[in-house]
Amino acid sequence: MAEDADKINQPYRAPDQVRTEPPPPGYFEGESMTRRKVFTIASQAIGGLAGAAIILPAVGFAVAPIFHRGKERWEKIGKTSDFTEDTYRQVVFTETPGIGDIGKQLAYVRKSSTELGEEPNQYVAISNRCAHLGCPVRFVQAAGNFICPCHGGVYDFQGKRIGGPPVRPLDRFQTRITKGEVEVGPRYSVTSQLKPVRARDPGEFTGGVWEYLYPPRPSTFPPP
Amino acid sequence: MPKLSDLLVPAPLRNTPKPGEAGAPKTPAPQDLKSAPPERPTDLGRTGEKALEAPVEAMAWIDQRMAASGFLTGMLFRKVPKGTNWFYTLGSATLFAFIVQAVTGVFLAMFYTPSTTQAYSSIAHINNDVFLGQFVHGMHKWGASVMVILVFLHMGRTFFFGAYKYPRELNWVIGVVLLILTMTMAFTGYLLPFDQRSYWASIVGININGTGPIVGPYLSDFLRAGPELGATTLSRFYAIHMLLVPGAIIALIGAHLYLVVKLGTTAPPWTKADKPRVATPTSNLDAGVSGNGYRPDGAGPTIAGVQIDGHNGEGAPA
Repeated sequence: MAEDADKINQPYRAPDQVRTEPPPPGYFEGESMTRRKVFTIASQAIGGLAGAAIILPAVGFAVAPIFHRGKERWEKIGKTSDFTEDTYRQVVFTETPGIGDIGKQLAYVRKSSTELGEEPNQYVAISNRCAHLGCPVRFVQAAGNFICPCHGGVYDFQGKRIGGPPVRPLDRFQTRITKGEVEVGPRYSVTSQLKPVRARDPGEFTGGVWEYLYPPRPSTFPPP
Repeated sequence: MPKLSDLLVPAPLRNTPKPGEAGAPKTPAPQDLKSAPPERPTDLGRTGEKALEAPVEAMAWIDQRMAASGFLTGMLFRKVPKGTNWFYTLGSATLFAFIVQAVTGVFLAMFYTPSTTQAYSSIAHINNDVFLGQFVHGMHKWGASVMVILVFLHMGRTFFFGAYKYPRELNWVIGVVLLILTMTMAFTGYLLPFDQRSYWASIVGININGTGPIVGPYLSDFLRAGPELGATTLSRFYAIHMLLVPGAIIALIGAHLYLVVKLGTTAPPWTKADKPRVATPTSNLDAGVSGNGYRPDGAGPTIAGVQIDGHNGEGAPA
């Protein structure tokens, strides 16, 4: 069987001496490929093109969100006088409208403190997303720390990690003041020295070589 | 006076006495066909006979066109090795668990809404209002755990019985892919009720994916369809859970079963091979005869436990 198929796919060669069998239809002297072979290659090529025409858009459809960045949103969260330097105020704001509660974010907001070496008259909005695996942390007033209920991550007043499994300080949101009101904007991450970098997912280190091992995603906003 | 045995034993099972013997029924002399023609079957009786044969004829009609009976007979009546035991049912049990998941999943999909604002309330509706809804939801929920447990037990059986070895390595590989797909089902299905537990479990699960260097961040963006868990995440998980992965699982189960039937199953490792499997060269002095594996205990050469030389293998394992 296989030998027969090979014979069919081989170019026809006239025997040197006496022609014992008639040549296949369409044979001409010096042909390099049988008709059957041409049609095999052509139909496989067309089938491949048709398959690619279906699969490539589908894959693109599934992968496109990685490269898509949403619109920048700024949400009013209160008057400048609502926030103090020595404690946090919990605010809930909408990050993605129209999808119910999961489109909301929770931030702990305070005024910047010169005692901690921060620029004056700024507002610090710390995300409650734990830098370990994304559980919601809570600011515990008595301890002055952020504490995560899942795996025991602990952060100090500025959101720097002081215990547990988290790999970096808590994320922050950009803030600005418009007509006496504080607004929060896109999320960003910080290094252990609180230097702003593009937002990373929980569990990903920031700073140094980690910036290359956990590359910034195109779907995030540039840091302030 | 009839014999007691004739009263107890039903007529078809009795030994028919020879003609002329005592107890032989006295048959009447053959009647004239003209004066007493044999009874013809009524139309009603003929219809009844035809009705009884209808299912057979329907099957024959199908089989004539599909020619599937040979394959089905070969698959359903295939030989299994000696020592096959209850551990060998774990694969079928896993298949049954998958079928339960597929069937209950179809009915849950009739009531479920994969929207961030309605998913939780549609599940509450299934549980509280729909007739037997909580039961079907419960079967799907607990059946998922049952399936994962059965997959691992089945895998353990295959490993500890050495059933992954040549020529069944490919079936092991297919099984591992099926395990991964089952875990994908478990992961994507967990988010769908959209309560606090599913939400936070999915957050943690996606973030664990994100901790892989280089590709991790893109992988978690791919799973969420964006930088945050949102509406697209839920519909994406729903599509993966009920369209993409089930199709792949069904296709691979087909390949898995094909290989099981094609290659056959293995005997448990504690089953001793029938001896002698091939003609054992015995000492000429012991046997007194040289040559074709003759042994004084009568055990001749066998193939797979079946004597091939016509000896009555007394003393050889059955």
